[in-house]
Amino acid sequence: MMISPYYYQLLVIASINVIMALSLNLVTGCAGQLSLGHAAFMGIGAYTAGILTSVYGLSFAVALIAGGAMAALFGLLVGLPTLRLKGDYLAIATLGFGEIIRVSILNMKVTGGPFGLRGISKQTNLTIAAIAAVLVYWTMTRLMNSRFGRALTAIREDEVAAVAMGIDVTRHKVLAFVISAAWAGIAGGLFAHWFRYLHPSSFAFSASVEILSMVVLGGMGSLEGPVIGAAVLTYAPELLRGVSDFVSQHRMMFYGALLVVMMLVRPQGLVGTGLNGLRVSKFRRSRGLEQSGIDMVRRRFASAMKRAQRKGSPSPCVVNEQLADLAVRSGAGSSGTGVAGGGGEEHAGS
Amino acid sequence: MLQQVVNGLTLGSSYALIALGYTMVYGVLRLINFAHGEIYMVGAFIGLMTSQTAGLPFAAAMVVAMAGAALVGVVVEKIAYRPLRKAPRLAVLISAIGMSIFLRNLALALMGPQTRAFPIPFEVKRLNLGRLRINSFDVLILLTSVGLMIALHFLVQKTKIGKAMRAAAEDKETASLMGISVNRVIAFTFAIGSALAAAAGVLIGMNFNAVDPSMGMMPGLKGFTAAVLGGVGSIPGAMLGGILLGMAEVMGIALLKSEWRDAIAFGILALVLLVKPSGILGRNLQEKV
Repeated sequence: MMISPYYYQLLVIASINVIMALSLNLVTGCAGQLSLGHAAFMGIGAYTAGILTSVYGLSFAVALIAGGAMAALFGLLVGLPTLRLKGDYLAIATLGFGEIIRVSILNMKVTGGPFGLRGISKQTNLTIAAIAAVLVYWTMTRLMNSRFGRALTAIREDEVAAVAMGIDVTRHKVLAFVISAAWAGIAGGLFAHWFRYLHPSSFAFSASVEILSMVVLGGMGSLEGPVIGAAVLTYAPELLRGVSDFVSQHRMMFYGALLVVMMLVRPQGLVGTGLNGLRVSKFRRSRGLEQSGIDMVRRRFASAMKRAQRKGSPSPCVVNEQLADLAVRSGAGSSGTGVAGGGGEEHAGS
Repeated sequence: MLQQVVNGLTLGSSYALIALGYTMVYGVLRLINFAHGEIYMVGAFIGLMTSQTAGLPFAAAMVVAMAGAALVGVVVEKIAYRPLRKAPRLAVLISAIGMSIFLRNLALALMGPQTRAFPIPFEVKRLNLGRLRINSFDVLILLTSVGLMIALHFLVQKTKIGKAMRAAAEDKETASLMGISVNRVIAFTFAIGSALAAAAGVLIGMNFNAVDPSMGMMPGLKGFTAAVLGGVGSIPGAMLGGILLGMAEVMGIALLKSEWRDAIAFGILALVLLVKPSGILGRNLQEKV
């Protein structure tokens, strides 16, 4: 089969991006843990594999696996402390660790620092890249239909409920993170032996955002979504390059806008099925703002009663006192605690 | 040593201004406004434009920058946050990050990547007290920050809208039952937080004589660190966290090398998140079922 070198290269890059998108999807889409430092794991794999073949003369296959293993090791080191954090904190922590890894690569001697790593042999070809992508996809289908995959989904949908079901949340999250880092490391090894030159800037925050855009565009938590997202976002910039310089120069601006628009219009992504991936559980919805006022008052009353009973005096007088206290508390901010809110207050009494 | 304390205080008070925006928004929305660092950058640019192009005096440029950034903050909230009020957290988070990247690269497209000098609209005086050297910037930054913090304290504690903000932070549903327009309060919170960030942007942009589209990232992270250190959600905590972080950074640079500057802030963030995520003055936020 004859393909022009241009399309050949595009297909190789698309395969690498598919691996990256699937890998991030495992952590962010399936387990619901937003990681903003994913490109750093790719960088670790790329540099490890590149150094092993170019400096130590190891074979490509060994270097690829070693790159994946090294990335997995760092995934464990980063994941163990950070995955105890939630949501926004996790995002910031992974962003920070990603930047630290990039800056370390920039300041190391063996990586060539700011001059980049040169002299890597060209060993990646479309066959190898495509096989790797298919393997990762296949593993992903197996994982998602396993006990492990279902546990991740449970964690994403409701962490507290998952704990109650006996799922070791931290262990599952860390394991997902390590597997995901390993895939990213292998993608990095492929990347290194295709472009033959590595520079830390290829693995910066903006690269992580690009991968995230692929996952979000395609559909978080779905299997085909990241593949389609990766394919579209690999090809789109090339397509637009001919149309307008402005667009291709300011790609990141459009990625940013894409993330916002997708969340507003189609949070499940292009091919996400129904609400899968970002489901508000019925349980959560039921205590949202839309519940009627009388429900809330009833709820508050019950909790005041309970508190009164705990104090050991169930007399109506005390209950009334509690209610009075309640009326004051729920009144327009008569408590002098500053904007600082109690985290649990929204759900008080439940 | 005393010199370091002065440096730490000036640096710290600018961090505190940024941290306040994070903390106020977190207070009402339980959400970290990822675009906050970019608002700071926008503020610095507006300040630069008004004082350079329009030739307004410093105080006027500052006011324009704060007003402009407040407007941007409100628009950001309206577009990227408000429609997702009932959406899962992950969706809001991704939307916030998208907004941050969009704003940074929009500035890059409009303003170009180069760093611009911030012309100093007044004469810089230096004061020598023995070995202690203080210049107009130190005084200006300290006075402005302290002034703004006092104004904020007054606003939150003594005015009606401040009361509404506290009520919304305490319990949004109850606040709305009491006739508070929660959406308006949230928009107002974004406006105030953004104005403070813009003030910090103008002050720091002028102090370092540099304004560029990606200037928001590091101070954004550091303002966030300061907010976490003091306790996210707590206004006094943000002030305290900012000052402490500024001090730690200045002392760290004095003891180590200046390349470690950003590592210090990040080390503190990692430590606080792992040891005491609620921060020094924050309340323990536990998820309840």
